[in-house]
Amino acid sequence: MIAGISIYEILTVTSILFFIGVYGFITRKNLISILISIELILNASVVNFVVINKYLYPDILQGVLFSIFIIAVAAAETALAVSIIINLYRQINSVEVKDIETMKY
Amino acid sequence: MEKYIFYILALIMIVFAIASVTSRKMLRSVIFLLFVLCGIAGVYFLIDYNFLAAIQLTVYAGGIIVLIIFSVLLVHHIEMELEIAKTSKQIITALACLIGLGVFLTTIYAHDFIVVENYITTTTADIGRKLLSYEDGGFILPFEVISVLLLAAMIGAIVIAKGGKLTNKNNKTI
Repeated sequence: MIAGISIYEILTVTSILFFIGVYGFITRKNLISILISIELILNASVVNFVVINKYLYPDILQGVLFSIFIIAVAAAETALAVSIIINLYRQINSVEVKDIETMKY
Repeated sequence: MEKYIFYILALIMIVFAIASVTSRKMLRSVIFLLFVLCGIAGVYFLIDYNFLAAIQLTVYAGGIIVLIIFSVLLVHHIEMELEIAKTSKQIITALACLIGLGVFLTTIYAHDFIVVENYITTTTADIGRKLLSYEDGGFILPFEVISVLLLAAMIGAIVIAKGGKLTNKNNKTI
């Protein structure tokens, strides 16, 4: 644990990061920007796992292992999202959210 | 000393996260995200999880950021400015986020965490042993599942990004 820093301060920082991500997710109009916001949200939650493991249950490693799995899933998700975005761009020449209607049918 | 490093890291992370979701230049937004991810790796270093910090730096800062920059360069002109949401919508969203943050923070500060004072350093060997153990609380099954998931994601990404040819074939059969 960090000397002089309580768990409340770290959780405050991660909550702020989480809500910045939510704000970006709602206001951006571009698929890649939305992907960036999702990365912010995922990272904030991963830090929460790790910090709670370190401060409350230092003897077991469940939080660290879960965060490793979350990072792996996030990497897979980003790779798929980028390939979908590139494919969409080749078909409709745009990555704006309002133009993506072809996926509905 | 560590206290001040944490405060500096927290300030850097929050400022660059806000810059990342409000910047109108696409590429700059990605670079700001890179700074946020490096700050999070710094937090991992501070709480003595060196392996996790290395993973954060290689997978996120090395892999995902390069992937996103790659897609930005493929689909955008670098100088293009992004369309931005209406001001009224931005204000409403910001208010909703602030209310949500308030709820989160009141809940967190109302809860009494039982903190265990410790300065244990976790080695990579511990993590590896736990990851591969098949006794109670071992993680061998999720470890195998995640490797299959990564393989599936790799094949899926190749198939989807190849795209064009497959759809042509489908159209012919229809």
